[in-house]
Amino acid sequence: MATFTRPRTLKETITHYCPGCGHGIVHRLLAEVIDELGIREKTIGTAPVGCAVMMYDYIDCDMIECAHGRAPAAATGLKRVHPDKIVFTYQGDGDLAAIGTAETIHTANRGENITVIFINNVIYGMTGGQMAPTTMLGQRTTTTPEGRGMHGEGGPIHVCELLRSLEGVCYLERTAVSSPSDVLATRRAIRKAFECQIAGKGFSLVEVLSMCPTDWKLSPDKAVKFVNHEMKTVFPVGVYKDK
Amino acid sequence: MSKNNVDIHFDAHRCKGCGLCVIFCPCGNIRMSDALNEQGHPYAELIDADRCTGCGLCFRMCPDTAIEIRSNKTAKR
Amino acid sequence: MGQKVLLKGNEAMAEAAVQAGCRFFAGYPITPQNEVPEYLSWRLPQAGGVFVQAESEVAAINMVFGAAAGGARCMTSSSSPGISLKQEGISYIAAAELPCVIANMQRGGPGLGNIRASQGDYFQAVKGGGHGDYRLIVLGPAYVQELYDLTMHAFDWADLYRNPVMILGDGILGQIAEPLDIRPYRPIAELPAKDFALTGCAGRASRVVKTLILQPADGLVHHNEYLQQKYRRIEEELSLYEEYETEDAEILIAAYGMSGRIAKGAVRRARQKGIKAGLIRPITLWPFPKEPFRRAAERVSRILVVEMSSGQFVEDVQLASECRVPVEFFGKGGGWYPLDTEILEIVESMQANPSVWATRKD
Repeated sequence: MATFTRPRTLKETITHYCPGCGHGIVHRLLAEVIDELGIREKTIGTAPVGCAVMMYDYIDCDMIECAHGRAPAAATGLKRVHPDKIVFTYQGDGDLAAIGTAETIHTANRGENITVIFINNVIYGMTGGQMAPTTMLGQRTTTTPEGRGMHGEGGPIHVCELLRSLEGVCYLERTAVSSPSDVLATRRAIRKAFECQIAGKGFSLVEVLSMCPTDWKLSPDKAVKFVNHEMKTVFPVGVYKDK
Repeated sequence: MSKNNVDIHFDAHRCKGCGLCVIFCPCGNIRMSDALNEQGHPYAELIDADRCTGCGLCFRMCPDTAIEIRSNKTAKR
Repeated sequence: MGQKVLLKGNEAMAEAAVQAGCRFFAGYPITPQNEVPEYLSWRLPQAGGVFVQAESEVAAINMVFGAAAGGARCMTSSSSPGISLKQEGISYIAAAELPCVIANMQRGGPGLGNIRASQGDYFQAVKGGGHGDYRLIVLGPAYVQELYDLTMHAFDWADLYRNPVMILGDGILGQIAEPLDIRPYRPIAELPAKDFALTGCAGRASRVVKTLILQPADGLVHHNEYLQQKYRRIEEELSLYEEYETEDAEILIAAYGMSGRIAKGAVRRARQKGIKAGLIRPITLWPFPKEPFRRAAERVSRILVVEMSSGQFVEDVQLASECRVPVEFFGKGGGWYPLDTEILEIVESMQANPSVWATRKD
């Protein structure tokens, strides 16, 4: 009997996310992996500032809501006082790669034994579609009305490539949720990242290319095409580190 | 249970009408409703229960866990 | 009586934290508080705790946010510019009602300022500092022994009231070495269970530590009302101060921390000259000990506030004495400290020329 049902760790609450938003898919995958590994009762998650700020309304484990960008620091505090617990952060691109860049890099560099789920949708969702650190060159946002330019705004930050050189990092993979096979790959990557933490290997991060139809001003079907045809060109999916 | 021993349930209440299940259904067996749910969204509905193979792709793509499937087939999640 | 040792203020505070059961410290180097992280970098692991040198004060306070949410006794320390960086995290910690201890060994400001002792962060400490309506319990020790003892109490008050506690010292207190009685830690009260702590939800419902309150629409108003009730309760229950020679005092000096200690010397000298001077030295800076000032205002003719800043603490003295008597001010910002002889001169001139000094405040 094959069943496809809501995982235990995913609450029944209907999310506040927009139609076609990738957060809902990643939340379910995260919950599935937590269930599969049997770690719900020893997991502590951190919610970011951004669209996923209220993810503790959807994920049924102990959670802390952090200041913008500071989740890796709070996760460091939690993990250091509870080394036997599983600690993850769930962060968007603005949270992780703009305001929280220092916390991200140094938490990775210390090899903190935590797992980071990084949602890259190349835009600021919650605040209404401003430029993100990962916004692609030429991409129009509410603060780059003529498209992001190399001069002035700079190019998109490639987080996996950036973190790859750090000794404390044990696992890095970029995936997407823009097709069923991508969703399966994301699920495998999240599981692998948690397994790294369980094995005590150090910092693991999964970057998920995700849809934001509302702020991209695209229909959900065009949004998945945008991920598959444009984002994957700039942000190639694959394993960036596995040691 | 359908002819294929698939028990598939679309929850119109949870659905936000994004249509990702419609796009990725390999059988073209899902459509959006004409009616709206209480949130004001059209919702996904199965066209022909007997044509559903229970492959689970719609479940995988659904951001709102609005689809649940139980089948006798052995599909990998 | 415990063991008597010679320790710097910074080291004494760090040792007191360990004695009180602090098991997590995160901080970033900044003068003049570097002995705190240096001491704890070896002492905490020895006691089974964790020391993390953070990448910034911002990260350090957020590590403390996480450790406090995890239920551990935890601490961070810094000095003025670094404390400014911590304000975001302090606001979140106060909002989430997490217990922790934050030490500020103040230095001269504003800006990068200098590394001399100062009391220029008084407003920041006692009036909030970060965004939103919140209060820290603020302690202003003047002696290394007092710093040691108060640090232990700080952890208890943090737990008791589920509120961050700030130790507001200065560069002199951090650097001065004094004989110290290493008293063993004894809790000041029966402390509440940490039923908020994130420890994994085994055998219980999952918990959330959060500060965003969107629903219901007036939820945040109610949370603020609740916090204010807690602060009123703390005000009723917590008031520490030292009174020295105040019984028959005509001129009252008000000073806290290091300037309070120096002022005490000035009172002693004034008494030797037959001047009826006295001192009130607040030890809790928030809650501010209003009662002794209200009482004193009925007896003394004038109050002199001595402060190592351009005038912050003086406002609380004026409020507490309800402006019943003229309040004079002697203070400077920028890493300056008063000499007891300078204070004495002013007291003598106040004694000799009451009218001149009484108009000076205009």
